[in-house]
Amino acid sequence: MSASAALSPDAQGSAARVSRTKKPRASKVRVQHKGAILAFVLPFGILFGLFYLVPIGYAVYESLLVIKREGTFGAATEVFGGFTQYILVFQNGPFWQSIGRVLMFGVVQVPVMLGLALLFALLLDSPLLRGKRFFRLAFFVPYAVPGVIAAIMWGYLYSPNLSPFRAVTENINFLSADLVLWSIANVVTWVYVGYNMLIIYSALLAIPTELYEAARLDGAGQLRIAWSVKIPLIMPAIVLTAIFSIIGTLQLLAEPQVFRSFSSAVTSTFTPNLTVYSTSSIPNFNLAAAFSVVLALATFILSFTFLKFTQRKETT
Amino acid sequence: MSAMKTDSERPARRVRPVQSKNPHAPRAPRESPLARGGALIVMGVFTLYFLVPIWWLLVAASKSRSQFTTTNPLWFADFSLFENIGNLVAYRDGVYLKWMLNSALYAGGGALIGTIIAGMCGYALAKYNFPGRELIFNVVLGGVLVPATALALPLFLIFSQISLTNTFWSVFLPSLVSPFGVYLARIYASASVPDELIEAARLDGAGEVRTFFTVSVRMMVPALVTVFLFQFVAIWNNFFLPLIMLRDETLFPVTLGLYAWNSQVNQIPVLRDYVLIGALLSIIPLIIIFLLLQRFWRNGLSAGSVK
Repeated sequence: MSASAALSPDAQGSAARVSRTKKPRASKVRVQHKGAILAFVLPFGILFGLFYLVPIGYAVYESLLVIKREGTFGAATEVFGGFTQYILVFQNGPFWQSIGRVLMFGVVQVPVMLGLALLFALLLDSPLLRGKRFFRLAFFVPYAVPGVIAAIMWGYLYSPNLSPFRAVTENINFLSADLVLWSIANVVTWVYVGYNMLIIYSALLAIPTELYEAARLDGAGQLRIAWSVKIPLIMPAIVLTAIFSIIGTLQLLAEPQVFRSFSSAVTSTFTPNLTVYSTSSIPNFNLAAAFSVVLALATFILSFTFLKFTQRKETT
Repeated sequence: MSAMKTDSERPARRVRPVQSKNPHAPRAPRESPLARGGALIVMGVFTLYFLVPIWWLLVAASKSRSQFTTTNPLWFADFSLFENIGNLVAYRDGVYLKWMLNSALYAGGGALIGTIIAGMCGYALAKYNFPGRELIFNVVLGGVLVPATALALPLFLIFSQISLTNTFWSVFLPSLVSPFGVYLARIYASASVPDELIEAARLDGAGEVRTFFTVSVRMMVPALVTVFLFQFVAIWNNFFLPLIMLRDETLFPVTLGLYAWNSQVNQIPVLRDYVLIGALLSIIPLIIIFLLLQRFWRNGLSAGSVK
């Protein structure tokens, strides 16, 4: 946002400069290079419209319909049902339980993951550590493992009879109803810590070193520099990673879906997206669409609120 | 003394040459051996956490069935990795290779085209002034916050209206759209493509589109490579869309295929071996791509997160 504000006077300047050298072709139109702009924007614009905006609109439309049957064996027709599906959504216990489950998951997993990512990024950036290239790569490798594959792999690692750590898994059942949510949290953490670490580390690299040379001369140690100089400066990057993590948490699907074949404790309504999927395979598309809409709205509101909340905190 | 060594280890192209140029900075003595040791232990322990699962996968994939449970799970027995790969590839007329090929097409083609159109759009938003520019940018920014999984079901409903579910296109076309790519391309273009350069190209008589593809694109390479990579990973990892769209096994990407095998392990035990070997093979392309393009995406990443 700040970038766009900073940009516009600049771009206006360039437009003004252009007008001096401009051919008289499009003299009536104020916007210059209209054809080029269209050529640049339209391909993305059309696809964005078709595969983002239309689906959102269509989901809302479908969610407002109900199926009506003429008698028991009559043909089913979709008719307008107002907020009928939404009333069903709000009365649906398992759906709200699944929302509660992923919220609980997020409250624990996101801070742990980002805390670790921040710690590693700060260590990579400090003069304390040697072999930085190696650690940076080693920690990032799991990001190259797709969520489905990571879940399959960890499913075997947790298994009581196939795991290489049977001494542990024979005694602690990581796939039990009590623990499986946190076992999945571990898979997600394993995949994404390195990715978040790199985003934060890149932000750290962009800080001019003079800023902490001064602090160092004043006698500040590494810990003090990290806390008082570095962390405040990289707050925007941390907020960015937090927002993407919140979105990811509410959308959990692949990992729990894979875990269904390892653990009967993962039900078909374990996460909101699993609820959407299982509702759509009944098939009850109208209710599934209503679930989707509510979930997308919840995600949007949550990440937007978080963004606003952290921005306010920064300014005060 | 080891602190000096740390400094010289930093690659020369790093963003902060100031640090090593300043030998008078009184920093070497302050880092205690205790802090150093602590840092190394923390990083060492977590290296194990991150790499042991992959190591186990490699070892497990290299074993024959009989040795899988009877030998040390974290060390090699008779090395039959290539034999196992041969069996995997031969299974069901090479359906696994077909899945890898599909993934490469979905992710490679989708990311390539997606990056080009996102780059053009971001460039136009950065370098031209036109009505509705901010509106478009804000809508796209909102799109970044809309999770792709939320779109999977409505996309399925739309595609089924036009009988296009269970086709290559039903997974490929939606993958082309990357709002985050537009966002990154815009930020990067406004920071790194000088107006003077575009101006000069105009004076030379080059058209706008040609200027973009011959001059501006070069300046945007780090951002475009980053967009390509993350789009590639997003499509390669995408699960919900293919899960909901595809029924025909020969259209599956490798993630969906391995998922399908893994859920049949109890009925067909031989699939367990294939799932593990297939999982190992499926992560190798991504690791190679990340290693090859490291130099680019690290720069691009910092551009996106700083703003």
